[in-house]
Order: sequence, then C-alpha cells, then structure tokens
Amino acid sequence: MTVDWGLLAEKLPDVLAASGVTVAVWAASAVLGVALGAAVAVARRFGPRPVDLALKLFVEVLRGSPFLVQLFLLYFGGPFIGLSLDPIPAGLLALTLYGSAYYSEIVRAGFAAVPAGHVEAAACLGFTRAQTVLRIQVPEMAVLVLPALVNMTVLLLKETAVLSVITVPELTLEISAIGSETYRFVEALTLLALFYWGLVEACGGLGRLAEARLSRFRFAGP
Amino acid sequence: MTAPGESAAGGTALSVRGLVKRFGAHEVLSGIDLDVPAGRVTCLIGPSGSGKSTLLRCMAFLEEAGAGTILVGGEPLGFAETPQGRRRLPPARIRAVRASIGMVFQQFNLWPHMTALGNVTEALRVVRRMGRAEAEAKGLAQLRKVGLEDRAGHYPAQLSGGQQQRVAIARSLALEPRIMLFDEPTSSLDPELTGEVLDVMRGLAADGMTMVVVSHEIGFAASVGEQVAFLDGGRILLHGSPRDVFGKPRHPRLERFLDTYLDRGAAMLA
Ligand SMILES: Nc1ncnc2c1ncn2[C@@H]1O[C@H](COP(=O)(O)OP(=O)(O)OP(=O)(O)O)[C@@H](O)[C@H]1O
Ligand SMILES: [Mg+2]
Repeated sequence: MTVDWGLLAEKLPDVLAASGVTVAVWAASAVLGVALGAAVAVARRFGPRPVDLALKLFVEVLRGSPFLVQLFLLYFGGPFIGLSLDPIPAGLLALTLYGSAYYSEIVRAGFAAVPAGHVEAAACLGFTRAQTVLRIQVPEMAVLVLPALVNMTVLLLKETAVLSVITVPELTLEISAIGSETYRFVEALTLLALFYWGLVEACGGLGRLAEARLSRFRFAGP
Repeated sequence: MTAPGESAAGGTALSVRGLVKRFGAHEVLSGIDLDVPAGRVTCLIGPSGSGKSTLLRCMAFLEEAGAGTILVGGEPLGFAETPQGRRRLPPARIRAVRASIGMVFQQFNLWPHMTALGNVTEALRVVRRMGRAEAEAKGLAQLRKVGLEDRAGHYPAQLSGGQQQRVAIARSLALEPRIMLFDEPTSSLDPELTGEVLDVMRGLAADGMTMVVVSHEIGFAASVGEQVAFLDGGRILLHGSPRDVFGKPRHPRLERFLDTYLDRGAAMLA
C-alpha cells in the first residue's frame, strides 16, 4: 500500500475545515451537556418529587436507546412536531441531550459522595443552599467526578461521527467522501482513526492536568 | 470552684420547651425541657441512643422537631407558634437566628478542598461578604486562639485529628456566635489528642462562652459543666449541677451508666 501524499495535501483544506466542525460540535455539546446535566442533577436533588421523577424518565429514555436512533428521531421526526432543524443544530441538540443524561448521573453520584456533615457545617455557618452547592459541594466533588466526566466527553467525541448520517459536514463525512472519491479507503480511514485518537489523547491530557491540580489537597501527607 | 465568666453570665441563652422528635415511628425525644444559661457550660450525658445528638442537632436546626419550641435569645428557631398553629419560618429568618449558634461535630467536617485558613475565612467571605484581607486577618486571629496560626496554609489532610478539630472550632468562632454546640468533639480522637481540644474548650468556657457539650468525657463534664443533664430514652432523667447529679446517693440508672465510663474520668467521682 502506498500513500498518495499529493492527494492528501490537495484535500487538506477540506479535512481541516471538517475537523473544525467536529471539534466545535464536540466542544459545544460537551460544555452544554455538562451544564444541562448539572442542572438536571441539581433539580433532581433539590426539586420536588414530581420533578425528580420526570427528569429520571428523561435520563432513562436518553440512556435507553442508541444515539443513532435518537438522532434520526430528532432530525427526521422533528418536522412532524414542527421542529425542523438544519443538520448542525440538530446534531448539536441531539448530542447535548444525549450527553446531558450521562453527565447528570455523574454529577448526581458526585453530590452523593460529598459527606452530609460537610453540607451541615455550611448550613450551620449560615450558607444558603446555592452558596453551599457552589462553594462546597461542586468544588469538593470536582476531583471525584473528573475522571468520569473526561471518560464521557471522550465517548461524546466518538459519537460525533454518527452525525455524518444526517450530513453534518464533520470529519467522518468528509473523509469517507474522500475515500469514495479516490478509492483510498484504507488511507482515509486510518487518517480518520488517528485524528480521533489525537483528540482523545488531548482530552485525556487536559483531564489529567485538571485532576492533578484539583487533587493536590487529597493525597497530601501530614 | 468559682463560676467561669461571671460577668457574661445572666439570663437564658437558649431554652427548649416540650421538644418532641420522631424518626418514623421511633420517638427519639419525648418532650425535652431545658434552659441553657448564658455564659455557662451545659453538659449532656447519657447512654448511646438516648437522643443527645438529636437534641443538639435540633438546637442547631439540623433536625426539625415535630413539636415544641426552641428559643435562642428569645427568638424562635425554625418554627413559630401562631394562632393558626405551628408555622415554619422563612429561610432568611432561620439563618438569622442560626447565625448566633456555632456547631462543632464529632467528625470535624472541615472542607477538604480548603486550607485551614480557607475553612475559617470561607463563611466570613461568603456569608458576611467580608473582603479577603479583613477575613484573613480575622481568620488568622482565630487560628492563633486555638494555637494553629502556623498551620494556616495546611489542608485538613495534612493536620492531625486534634488540629482539625481545633480548626473546626476556630471556623465556628470566626462568626462570633453567642452559643457553641459541641457533639462529642473528642470522640474520634486518639486519647493523647483529646487534651488539646479540651484545653481549647476550657479556655472558651473561661472566656464566658455559652456552651452545650455532648460528651463522654465525664471528667470534663464534672469539672467544667455548670449544669449537667442526663438523658435516657429521649427524656432528661436527671438535671442539675454536677454536684447534684453526680453526688451520692445516685440514681441507679446513672450509676450503671457511670460504671461503663470509669476510664473516661468517671473514676474521679467515685
Ligand atoms: N436520621 C435518623 N434516622 C433514623 N433514626 C435516627 C436518626 N438519627 C438518630 N436516630 C435514632 O435516634 C436515636 C437517638 O440517636 P442519637 O444519635 O441522638 O443518640 P445519642 O445519644 O447521640 O447516641 P450516641 O452516644 O451513640 O451518639 C437512636 O436510636 C438512633 O438510632
Ligand atoms: Mg451522638
């Protein structure tokens, strides 16, 4: 097998543009997904029981079916309920909702891992509930949930490839197209895999940096 | 013994009337009446499960009693009696009354992601909205009071149990409470570390702080306590000065209780 570097160089601008779409959709859905997931977890923990049950159903439904199915339902089923979205917004919305279900469970576990006494200490000192969440619970759980958040974010990156089926001009779509055009499938797919791998490694590296910074208090000896 | 903090004494800092607390069908407190005199130390003793922690937690409003009232400096804590019945007060009102109460836990409950100084200044910054410099000056002064100024930059994981508990006491004191509640503050400490915490508490008592202390340190209760209440099965069975409660002849229930705590200073009462 010989790699046709000339051909790859020629396609480079398209590949870069497509990878920009992948990274942008991934980053946006991860940030929005964490925010929505945290909101869901907070609402479930502190809200009234019906809210908790409704959100539990939301989470169960999103975790109970493949992302591809959800994406199709939103993109092709959406117009029937008046929700016609272009590929990129549809993909971003589907990915955000899907991610938020998993992120919310991670944050929920995080809340449960903070000892009740730490929250009671804050209550005794006059903290409001919001102050306790922001100043005590979230920072304290951060180091505990970080590995799970990084893990989910990596999975989310790989799900962005699914967006190619609704013609989001992201990396998988672009590189598959190049493959079909040039009959260089193996090169194209190898390049694709390497690209995702690079992103995964970068994400993991950032996660480890953040973890090292956050956990300095945990393993410190006397 | 001369009464500590004579000047600060006078009046009732906190009073409990007819307090009933149930967990499900289990009645843990069955009508508690107790007056906590200002500037004095009140010790709660009693066998495991008698409801000491629950009573203290009701005073800190960490548990909501099903009936009865708690007045802190004359202000109702948590619930108010109105012509329409017992009504829960709004959160801001509850926080305001709670602000005069400090609580120290058996498990310290320091926040692990903050240094000792961070733990002490956090409430000043967040609740009192104090500037950093002012809060840190105040926090350092509190740490100095408990002998830990040189540990200000240490995280809880870098401190011994006794040091952590002293930081926890400093954290409460920073808000200048009028009443300090202690729930078995030395029970999770190695024996050689209990002394440093008890010394800090003795110092507080001498300064005239109103204190309610749940403790199995019978020696501490007998020597520092102005009044002792002996709880059994959710009721205050005996109540009075240490001399009244511990003096002979003793209630057989107390006698049996003390037998199990001979190594906690009860021997000195024999
Ligand atoms: N959150 C809770 N839910 C159910 N039961 C509880 C709860 N907290 C306490 N209890 C029960 O209430 C009773 C009194 O408990 P409490 O902790 O007040 O006792 P205590 O006198 O402090 O005992 P100890 O000396 O062991 O600390 C116990 O039987 C306990 O099992
Ligand atoms: Mg207890």
